[in-house]
Amino acid sequence: MRPFGFEKVRTEQEAIRAAAAGGRYIAGGTTLVDLMRDEVERPERLVDINALPMGGISVEGSDLVIGALARMAEVADHPETKRVQPLIAESLIEGASPQLRNMASIGGNLLQRVRCPYFRMLDATCNKRDPGSGCAAIQGINSGHAILGTSDQCVATHPSDLAVALVALDATMRVRGPQGERSFPVEELYRLPGDTPHLEHTLHPGELIIEVRVPGGPYSRRARYLKVRDRASYEYALVSAAAALDIDNGVIRQARIAAGGVGTRPWRLRACEEALIGKRPIRQAFEAAARLAVQGARPLPGNHYKIELLPRTMVRALEMAGEVA
Amino acid sequence: MTSIIGRPLTRIDGRAKVTGGARYAADFNQPGQLYAVIVGATVGRGRVIDIDSVRVLRMPGVVAVITHRNAPRLPYGPHKSYIDPAAGERLHVLQDDRVRFYGQPVAVIVADTIDQAERAAAALHVAYAAERPVVDPSDPTSRPIVPVAATPPDARIPADASRGDADKALMDAALKVDATYGIARENHNPMEPHATVAAWDGDRLTLWSKSQFVVNEQAEIAAIFGIPPESVQVICPFIGGAFGTSLRTWPHVTLAALAARQVRRPVKLVLTRKQMFVTTGHRPRTVQRVALGAAANGKLTSLVHEGTGETSRYEEFIEALTAVSGYMYACSNVRTRYRLLPLDIGTPNHMRGPGEASGIFALECAMDELSYVLGIDPIELRRRNEPEMDEGENKPFSSRSLTKCYDLGTERFGWSRRHPGPRSMRDGRLLIGMGVASATYPAFQARSSARARLLADGTAEIEVAASDMGPGTYTSMTQIAAETLGLPVGQVRFRLGRSDYPPAPSHGGSWTMASVGSAIRAACISVQGEAARRATADRSSPVFGAPPDGVEWNEGRLRRRGGSAPGQSYRDIVASAGRPIEASASAQRDPDVARRYSMHAFGAVFAEVAVDPDVGTIRVRRALGVYGAGRIVNPRLAASQCTGGMIGGIGMALMERTVLDTRDGRPVNAHMADYLVPVNLDIPKLEVHFVDEEDPHVNPLGVKGLGEIALVGMAPAIANAVFHATGKRVRDLPIHIENVLTA
Repeated sequence: MRPFGFEKVRTEQEAIRAAAAGGRYIAGGTTLVDLMRDEVERPERLVDINALPMGGISVEGSDLVIGALARMAEVADHPETKRVQPLIAESLIEGASPQLRNMASIGGNLLQRVRCPYFRMLDATCNKRDPGSGCAAIQGINSGHAILGTSDQCVATHPSDLAVALVALDATMRVRGPQGERSFPVEELYRLPGDTPHLEHTLHPGELIIEVRVPGGPYSRRARYLKVRDRASYEYALVSAAAALDIDNGVIRQARIAAGGVGTRPWRLRACEEALIGKRPIRQAFEAAARLAVQGARPLPGNHYKIELLPRTMVRALEMAGEVA
Repeated sequence: MTSIIGRPLTRIDGRAKVTGGARYAADFNQPGQLYAVIVGATVGRGRVIDIDSVRVLRMPGVVAVITHRNAPRLPYGPHKSYIDPAAGERLHVLQDDRVRFYGQPVAVIVADTIDQAERAAAALHVAYAAERPVVDPSDPTSRPIVPVAATPPDARIPADASRGDADKALMDAALKVDATYGIARENHNPMEPHATVAAWDGDRLTLWSKSQFVVNEQAEIAAIFGIPPESVQVICPFIGGAFGTSLRTWPHVTLAALAARQVRRPVKLVLTRKQMFVTTGHRPRTVQRVALGAAANGKLTSLVHEGTGETSRYEEFIEALTAVSGYMYACSNVRTRYRLLPLDIGTPNHMRGPGEASGIFALECAMDELSYVLGIDPIELRRRNEPEMDEGENKPFSSRSLTKCYDLGTERFGWSRRHPGPRSMRDGRLLIGMGVASATYPAFQARSSARARLLADGTAEIEVAASDMGPGTYTSMTQIAAETLGLPVGQVRFRLGRSDYPPAPSHGGSWTMASVGSAIRAACISVQGEAARRATADRSSPVFGAPPDGVEWNEGRLRRRGGSAPGQSYRDIVASAGRPIEASASAQRDPDVARRYSMHAFGAVFAEVAVDPDVGTIRVRRALGVYGAGRIVNPRLAASQCTGGMIGGIGMALMERTVLDTRDGRPVNAHMADYLVPVNLDIPKLEVHFVDEEDPHVNPLGVKGLGEIALVGMAPAIANAVFHATGKRVRDLPIHIENVLTA
């Protein structure tokens, strides 16, 4: 690990000032410290924001409001989360391990770095880590990599389960920075790799995530997260799907669907959603919609199975959502 | 007094382990200690052409940068034990510029703190002339070889063996299966990383080092440095799991000792998790063909078993890959073949159930496949082929309880509830499968010594250079000593893990109980003899003047044979002697017994899996193992050991695989988030049973050992259950979701 400066801030103003001067925010540190030990992350200065009053979980109107410093475990276990947005609770419980969930913050979860093994090895090429050096994964081991949103420069999947649920539910985030405050959909936090895979998000320098807001909808209760993986816990998704359904009189009025483990960012599946509107919530309808999920997918030799697994996961997640009483 | 052997005592070292009192290798910090970090090669083959040591030497805290350019030429005297490959020569670390595999140590940094050493290791620039490595067994340029150590006619692991004419019988067989099975490379991944603290005092070296074989580590390091073994002391009282990875003495031990000598200070070297994927051995990748021919009644008419394992280019690691096919079933026509495939990788080594675990996967999956071809229940098929003797060795088994294991397992598992057809059982949406496999492992015993000492307070101390990597050696050996001496367990202290104790064999191969246990028993009998000699010569003793066969021990007291007097206690005998009474003894298997009997443990393993037909998720719902392994010294620890082995088998079946990038041989999943081992949520109810088995031949204790057999058989039982659930036969381990998705 490289030597670094460390500053613990007490106020938001202090935090934003310190970050604007080149500091990196640290909360739970579950991603950052790990990567610093491998020297993949080399911050000059860390700004510890844990003392800021940005935790807490509340319901405002029909919105679930989650503070950026709330811990994954805390949000997952909170009765309001389970009551108004069970999909959020389920996606959190499926993420990481109990130890990590106790430490990791919501803001940090959304900004976690990719799990591509080559990104994490300094002796491998990686356009995300060292722009222009090349992508070792495209010709290498790529069984865990993305089939959607990839470029010739990067095929790494976005690792967050929570982000998949948030993107499905049209969640927004509020951030504050040197230029003031703004709010935008969580989906817009993430960039596609394109020719600039080292640019992963749309935050401006010094901007701090304050909170995440999940709007309630008629589909919020009828929502499930299915994560498919080879071991039952502590593994990144091979494929995951968040599915929420608004069913009225046996007919689907609205659907919200997003997938994880397949895209270079949390992947909203709007074409599939639209295909379900007006349909009965039965397997044939789900299967027909799921076929649209892999349109435009670009599989690699190692991850071709995801072309098969993504629609199946989505169908199953929709069935699970439809079964919610 | 009721027997202490056979009691389900809890671990006597349990409190020390959970309270932090147990000290592992890396806990032995020394005054003035420096920290060493290894720099591994970042190419898979080639030469080191430049190392920029100068810049790194100027970094804060850096004391030394040791490379092949400035390292002393080490003698590397000849030394091989039975855990080292018989053919080839061990890696001579930092002795030349050759890179033989990705991750091979090319430098070691020594610094004041671990952080400074890690920082410097990351900053050290090494330039290579890289060549393309061959790490994939299916690479067209790789060529199998006949293992040198497997060619002598008396080789324990023969390259070629046969009886009858298996190929002709196969051709003639009306019913047959002929299939190829693959097993991925696995790394041991114990919790405790490899660690060595090295300190020189003049020409004497002390190593606090994670080792399953301290006396061999002593001999190996002495040979490498060209110093007498008496100058080296290896200390390892506790091991945080090993599974075989600490049997050999790997390059990091040499590097710790070398670094400590260079900087003239004690040095601590702990491998990173990532480094443990390349320089400390692994279960070799294997490819096996098994062909079975059978008559309609299920009797085997032919068994062909051909297996190839990978090895490095500088050593031939061999394991008993095809051995099980020689004795498992009755069949007059059997042919086995074993070959090696040298690749640009580090040398593999024994990993729990070495050879047998891999070999039985192929054999027991093939038996399962045959059961469907024949339409015979898989357990019934095994019963019909139960041999009366070891047909390969042409001698009787000392004991064999396989059918008893199947009887008990069938009942306890509820095998009768199984519908015979594949994809015929469901629980709601889920496909349910039940599978079964036989397990076996040789009942080895090696020569071991032990020392027993009676102390003035009436307690006893036992010392052996043995190890306890988790099975409960501390506890079970204490039970054997307490039983033999007639003392309560609390009055016996068993010490292990020092190379200056009486030598023990390697802590592996399921032979610690038989080997060390027998030696302890012998040492306890010896010290009783010594105590009796002193007592009968002591005028103040109630047994004074009695002839040697005129006395007997009863509950820790010596009395005249047949008498009713209370006799004399250890405490009184030692008090009269004026100093502790000590005796050493050795034990080994009677070679005549080994000539006359085939000695193995046997077991039957059952597994039930649920497979999600939509997304392919495979979960073990329950598993049960029944073992016939001789006398069980401590049923609680034995069951725990078996549970651990079964969990290892679940990992082998469904998760574990070290993935190498074929371009440079690097493991890409060298991280516990990416190399999957089962977590708690993956482990269902596991049941372990032992059948009563009295084996008068294996050793005086009647014990066979359990460490390996507990893993052997789990993977094929699961693979067979996956077939039963899905109708899809997956012949390559691990079985992942993508393999059953299109079932």
